[in-house]
Amino acid sequence: MPRHDPTEPSGALEALTTMWTIRRFEEALEDLYSRGMLHGTNHLSIGQEAVAVGACGALEDGDFITSTHRGHGHSIAHGADPEPMFAELLGRETGYCGGRGGSMHIADVGSGNLGANGIVAGSMTLAVGAALSQRLLGSSAVVLCFFGDGAANEGSFHEALNLAAVWELPVVFLCENNQYGMSMASDLSTAGGSVAGRGAAYGLEGVRLDGNDVIAVAEGVATAAAAAREGRGPALLEAITYRYRGHSKSDRNLYRTQDEIEEWRTERDPIARFEARLLEEGRLDREAIDGARQTARERIRDAVKAAVQAPEPTVDVLEEAVYARR
Amino acid sequence: MPAADSTDTVDTIEDPVSTEVRTTTYAKAVAAALRTAMHADERVFMAGEDIGIYGGAFGVTDGLLQEFGEERIRDTPISEDAIVGMAVGAAITGTRPIVEMQFSDFVVNAMDPLVNQAAKLYFMYGGNVEVPMVLRLPGGGGTGAAAQHSQSLEAWFAHVPGLKVVAPSTVQDAHDLLLAALVDPNPVVVVEHKLLYKQEGALTPRATPEDSPAVIGEAAVVREGTDLTVVGYSLNTHKALDAAEELAAEGIDVEVVDLRTLRPLDTETVIESVCRTGKLLVTHEAPTAVGVGAEVVAAVAGSRAFDHLLAPIVRVCGRENPMPYAPALEAATIPQTADLVAAMRALAAEDV
Repeated sequence: MPRHDPTEPSGALEALTTMWTIRRFEEALEDLYSRGMLHGTNHLSIGQEAVAVGACGALEDGDFITSTHRGHGHSIAHGADPEPMFAELLGRETGYCGGRGGSMHIADVGSGNLGANGIVAGSMTLAVGAALSQRLLGSSAVVLCFFGDGAANEGSFHEALNLAAVWELPVVFLCENNQYGMSMASDLSTAGGSVAGRGAAYGLEGVRLDGNDVIAVAEGVATAAAAAREGRGPALLEAITYRYRGHSKSDRNLYRTQDEIEEWRTERDPIARFEARLLEEGRLDREAIDGARQTARERIRDAVKAAVQAPEPTVDVLEEAVYARR
Repeated sequence: MPAADSTDTVDTIEDPVSTEVRTTTYAKAVAAALRTAMHADERVFMAGEDIGIYGGAFGVTDGLLQEFGEERIRDTPISEDAIVGMAVGAAITGTRPIVEMQFSDFVVNAMDPLVNQAAKLYFMYGGNVEVPMVLRLPGGGGTGAAAQHSQSLEAWFAHVPGLKVVAPSTVQDAHDLLLAALVDPNPVVVVEHKLLYKQEGALTPRATPEDSPAVIGEAAVVREGTDLTVVGYSLNTHKALDAAEELAAEGIDVEVVDLRTLRPLDTETVIESVCRTGKLLVTHEAPTAVGVGAEVVAAVAGSRAFDHLLAPIVRVCGRENPMPYAPALEAATIPQTADLVAAMRALAAEDV
């Protein structure tokens, strides 16, 4: 059974709360950055929350995800605790990686989060290996591989899709197409018109989803994951979404118009759309929706408060940090 | 890909845990270690190009498909990036992959998963994940395979924190170091010179990987001598030993150190030897500049052995050009035993 079904009231509340948690998390990072408290760059996923939440909610406990450089939302949606995430971004000892990884390397392997990855498409072949492990170990777990539209033009994309397909491995490849690879528009970089269309090359259907509709994403991933779990091999999904913020802190948004950004924000925002639909269909009332926002706000506020007080790592940890010991 | 040099390897399936001492080849010693590991731990599996029914380009995995089946002896598409990346993903989720790169040169297509992923995940993820994988790289020249099938790329990997690199020269070390690599919780690159595969030697097979006495990071003095120290690894250890034998007839007493592991480097064994002999010659087939030998030289120059040096340090390593095809050009690019004899003789004659 998927972890939560956003078409049911309890699942909808969970999904909405998680979407708000991701958005508040990212906004808190902007705030910390503007105060000079974050020393590295980071990649925010504001506007893309429905992809992370819909997809991870459609998995079962024990399933794995691999993530990208824009991975905070994936981690939170897969169950990561915002406090050690903030601590990691702040470079603190209590962070998920002890302050060694930062924004692009948050991982929580114990919970099946095999990690964000700073190399575009870098995690795609890793997802294939994780899926092979599951088969060799007799597990029915599936691997959800998040990747961006930019990754679809890396050679690793082809090698990973091909290998997963010929070995019929349980990987759900989910392209989070936010329409720009840094400044490069996806439709200028992607021959053939879509990422999903490339599935045909591997004998896969290739399905496009509305990435700003959490229910559509959840249903698409649940269907693909169920097939993969039954031994019917990998799937290729493409969720169309949009990032409101720049690629990273250096971005001056010279490659798109403010009108374009505003149109997505005002007319297709994934959280606003979900809330409106829940109210319209009577699945959640206003009070419940406000409660979700409040829960997320408090969760993030408490997490930041705790994280900023955590100690910084000491240099002596580096000596033992490079190699695992038996 | 050119026709690979086919090598006779495992003729018969032997008792998997037979520990009977025997004379065998380097390739069969590698195969015996693979079989021991596969029998000892069902999480171990192998992946690579043509390692199944073909038996690998150099015959090392001959017979393993029949013994272990296609789930565990996995023929892959020609996709080096995916093969190594897949191995990383498998290693962090509970299995123990062994990858055979068909020719070490092809690993260039897999540098991201090896250098950016395998080497870094343990560190980058705060020690929360281990990457127990082994990558076997058949390398080196002398086979007429030219520039893209003859390289010795080990210095690249030895330069990367997070990787371990071994380069066994003997039949026994090929067996023991591979087993040591297989129980190591880190990614280990095993450099195998293609010309060593047919080399014969004595092998005491180990019953389990844990029985291997080899320690990654320990060099060995393989010939004791008093006049000069020669440091090599892989095929060049044999060339150094042959040269030392030749010079013994002239009354020159050469000590030979086999590095065996290139990362972490056992500098102490080298330093101690140089303190005794006062002279150092370093040899490898890889190009001279920025090679592993440079690190050995720097370690000696920066140590207490500096005060014992009686002559300038000498390097007899590969020429600074891609591997040529024509036999005479190829031979000139690779340090030959005769080159070592001449250089060692000259170094021994340096006025003290």
